[in-house]
Amino acid sequence: MSGVILKVDDLRVSFATEDGVVQAVDGVSFELTAGEILAIVGESGCGKSVTAQTLTGLTRATNARITGSVNYRDRELNGLSDHQLCDVRGEQISMVFQDPMCALNPVYRVGDQIAEMIRAHRDVSKRKAQARAVELLRSVGIPNPDRRARHYPHEFSGGMRQRVMIAMALALEPDVLIADEPTTALDVTIQAQILQLIDRLNRERGLAVILITHDLGVVAEVADRVLVMYAGQVVEDATLDEIFYAPKHPYTWGLLGSLARLDQPRTARLVQIPGAPPSLLAPPSGCRFAPRCSHVFEECTVLPPLESRTGGMHLDRCWLDADEKAHHGGLRTRGA
Amino acid sequence: MARFVARRLLGMFAVLFAISVIVFLIFNVIPNSDPAARIAGKNADPALIARVSADLGLDQPLPIQYLTMMKQIFTGQLTSYAKDRNVVEQIWEGLPATFSLCIGAAVLWMSLAIVFGYLSAVHAGRFTDRALTILSLVGISMPVFWLAAMLLYFLSFMVELFPTGSYVPLSENPLDWAYHLILPWFTLAVLFVGLYSRVLRSNMLDAMNEDYVRTARAKGLSERQVRIRHVLRNSMIPIVTLFGLDFGMVVGGGAILTETVYNLDGVGLYAGEAIRSLDLPPLMAVVMFGAFFIVLFNTIVDILYAVLDPRIRLGEAAPA
Amino acid sequence: MVAPIDSLEAPGEPPLPTGVPASQIQGRSPWYLAWLRLRRKKVALVCAVLFVLIVLFCLAAPLWAEHVAHTGPNENHLTDKVMIDGQKTDVVAPDGTPLGPGLHGRFLLGADQNGRDVMVRLMYGGRTSIYVGLAAAAVTTIFSVIVGLLAGYYRGWPDAVISRAMDVIWAFPVLLLGIALGTTLAIGGLKVGPIAIAGDSIWIPILIIGLVYVPYIARPIRGEILALREKEFIEAAVAQGKGPLRIMFSELLPNILSTIVVFFTLNIANNMLLESALSFLGAGVRPPNASWGSMISDGYQVIFTAPHLTVVPGLMIVATVLSLNVFGDGLRDAMDPKAKIRLEH
Repeated sequence: MSGVILKVDDLRVSFATEDGVVQAVDGVSFELTAGEILAIVGESGCGKSVTAQTLTGLTRATNARITGSVNYRDRELNGLSDHQLCDVRGEQISMVFQDPMCALNPVYRVGDQIAEMIRAHRDVSKRKAQARAVELLRSVGIPNPDRRARHYPHEFSGGMRQRVMIAMALALEPDVLIADEPTTALDVTIQAQILQLIDRLNRERGLAVILITHDLGVVAEVADRVLVMYAGQVVEDATLDEIFYAPKHPYTWGLLGSLARLDQPRTARLVQIPGAPPSLLAPPSGCRFAPRCSHVFEECTVLPPLESRTGGMHLDRCWLDADEKAHHGGLRTRGA
Repeated sequence: MARFVARRLLGMFAVLFAISVIVFLIFNVIPNSDPAARIAGKNADPALIARVSADLGLDQPLPIQYLTMMKQIFTGQLTSYAKDRNVVEQIWEGLPATFSLCIGAAVLWMSLAIVFGYLSAVHAGRFTDRALTILSLVGISMPVFWLAAMLLYFLSFMVELFPTGSYVPLSENPLDWAYHLILPWFTLAVLFVGLYSRVLRSNMLDAMNEDYVRTARAKGLSERQVRIRHVLRNSMIPIVTLFGLDFGMVVGGGAILTETVYNLDGVGLYAGEAIRSLDLPPLMAVVMFGAFFIVLFNTIVDILYAVLDPRIRLGEAAPA
Repeated sequence: MVAPIDSLEAPGEPPLPTGVPASQIQGRSPWYLAWLRLRRKKVALVCAVLFVLIVLFCLAAPLWAEHVAHTGPNENHLTDKVMIDGQKTDVVAPDGTPLGPGLHGRFLLGADQNGRDVMVRLMYGGRTSIYVGLAAAAVTTIFSVIVGLLAGYYRGWPDAVISRAMDVIWAFPVLLLGIALGTTLAIGGLKVGPIAIAGDSIWIPILIIGLVYVPYIARPIRGEILALREKEFIEAAVAQGKGPLRIMFSELLPNILSTIVVFFTLNIANNMLLESALSFLGAGVRPPNASWGSMISDGYQVIFTAPHLTVVPGLMIVATVLSLNVFGDGLRDAMDPKAKIRLEH
């Protein structure tokens, strides 16, 4: 399909631990179009961060096994050596992480860290790189960038630090920005600013973004498409409108149902999804969500559900038939 | 920053004062005997003892003795009881040997420790790591003087590869100077290489799990750049501070064993002789000298830590 | 190497099975988990066994002396002759060279320049060295714990006083302090109120070595107590009306027990090294007590003619200290909750 720059097919990531093999990502597939903002949503432990970091090989370790295809502009990333991946990282696909205090090296100045990245990929002098760093800081809205570039990470506030990270990620004008829970560690008001920044960058530069989050509110702000993950698998893949107005998977219904909404009476209770996510050491056979699903029936615990597509790109993994999905999905969005 | 330094220096002097008092008490109060009697010899009669006592000022009250001794140290007039030689001069003469030994050993141990620790961390769990860990553990399990004796026996006597100790001044013959110091440098370094390489390895393994290392990789830096500019750099901070403390300790008398076995005319050897004859003035001076170095380096290390870790310098507590 | 992100449980903890009621989940105490981890460390366990074997070896000294060597550790056989391979050999040759090691019951490891049986001395010396190491470690640990608890719990001026005292001891070159105390106390012994210890008692080096290392252990303990003190369970204990002593011993102490155990083990190793150094210089264990350190000191004088006198006691020190270090290391790894994931997949 034209415009698709990243195609992930059947990605599986497992880690050997003291207690056994943890299957963190189990058959994830999706596509990213140029200029699109794709949100990956799910609760802690569902594998969304691992997926994101595996795209550029950041999860490679002696106890990790990674299979599947990560195809970026017709180039298979999964088989590349670390050395070859270095060219892709930062330059084509860039990342921003959750906690900017920990994600920036505390002993180097901020401007130097950005300059370091530039000089790793381009043959420019230190002064030029530092000048460019100052420009980048300005472009993400940091006041007095020439002075601030000489400051250390702990001298910035949380929101400013995140801007620094974004500035650094954009230094080489990549095609794709992967933002791994960029706002989770920030106050709500700062959160909005960062999302606006990401949105602006997407619109102005045609930057494709993969946004990892557990917060549906964040998703609603900026996403074009949404990927819902549960227990290492994709359970729903649809456009923003489809997810919010015609969701097809019971887990998505649960997520939406647990949102606090302005149009509901204040005393209405938030609906919880009962139970806890399954252990990824020994995932249940059949549908992984079955133990917690209120629509579960016999087939669910026996066979893993197949993907079903409706309307072209809306994908979900559930045994319920289309009518039931439409009915319950509608109920959810109406706040019942 | 200036206040920080000033406070540290003040603390330094307080500690040195306390040490001098304690050393004085150790040598004057603890032994249940009269120093004058000891010095006068076994067959001395009371008159001789009394004269010795008056001569050396041992009949004065303790606080006066202390003050006199302190004054003498600082004005360079302190003489030892036994040999009647100027203590401060003797220490001064011993400094070149001690410094040659300590500085050389320090350079050796730091370079080896960084290389070993780095390799161990990078190849963690594999053969290189295991082999280096075993070497380190054996290194820290050996008595220094025994190692010195073994090296002397095997490399100097059995196989005449190295000279059997004694110090050749640098000004006399640089090559000979180094030649005579190779075994002592190695001996003194072994213990520290073992310790430091393991500390560095542990720090680096911790650092490798830090978020900023992941960011560095995501930036597209090569693995080696990540390891050296981010992992090693951050892991070195505790090493540098440890080094300051240990170097102070080694200069301040920790080298006594090495100097004794290899017969190097340094401060440590001088201290050993003084101890055996229970000669207080030289011992007092040497311990003060040693303590001074340790406390000095403690202070330098404190200040250095603030320089190396900007979080401390700018007033924020280091993250736990 | 990057640890897996998003793994559900902390590594090392048992995974929560779904659908199992909470009452059926078996709790595992941190000690049990540590023991499980320790069990997997074969090398550390082998070293622990090695240490025990060395201790047993030394404890068997009287048996050996009585039944095999037929001599005590301090008996001179300077002018004796001994039957070896049917020939009468001098224990100490006319030129002063002592008998070397060989496969005979008496003088298995040869003789020293005074005609004493090295094997017997080695075993008796080992008893001294190990005893000093253990006893000094006990002294250090007890003092450090008390001092660390007091300083960490009360803070304020007790902490200031204790910390300054620790700083002063710390500032002394360890070896020089040990030597200074060792030589002065050896002259007249120690008299503190009703307690009098003779100058050549083995308790002098034990106390000295014990004292010297107190700051090195008290400081980390104090640090841990300072941190633990802020936690809620201490607030709860205070609210329940528990007095400071009870809090220190029943709330704080159990939480630093694993640290103490590891420090104690590693401290024995350091103590043995310090004791050997002090004895080598003549400021540690005094005659007639022999330790491996003093044996090296004696042997060093004839090292070129009778190297075995220096090599053997040194090897014993290395073996003992090494086994303690390796075991202590393994112990620390097992007790440390931050278990790192290292399996190959």
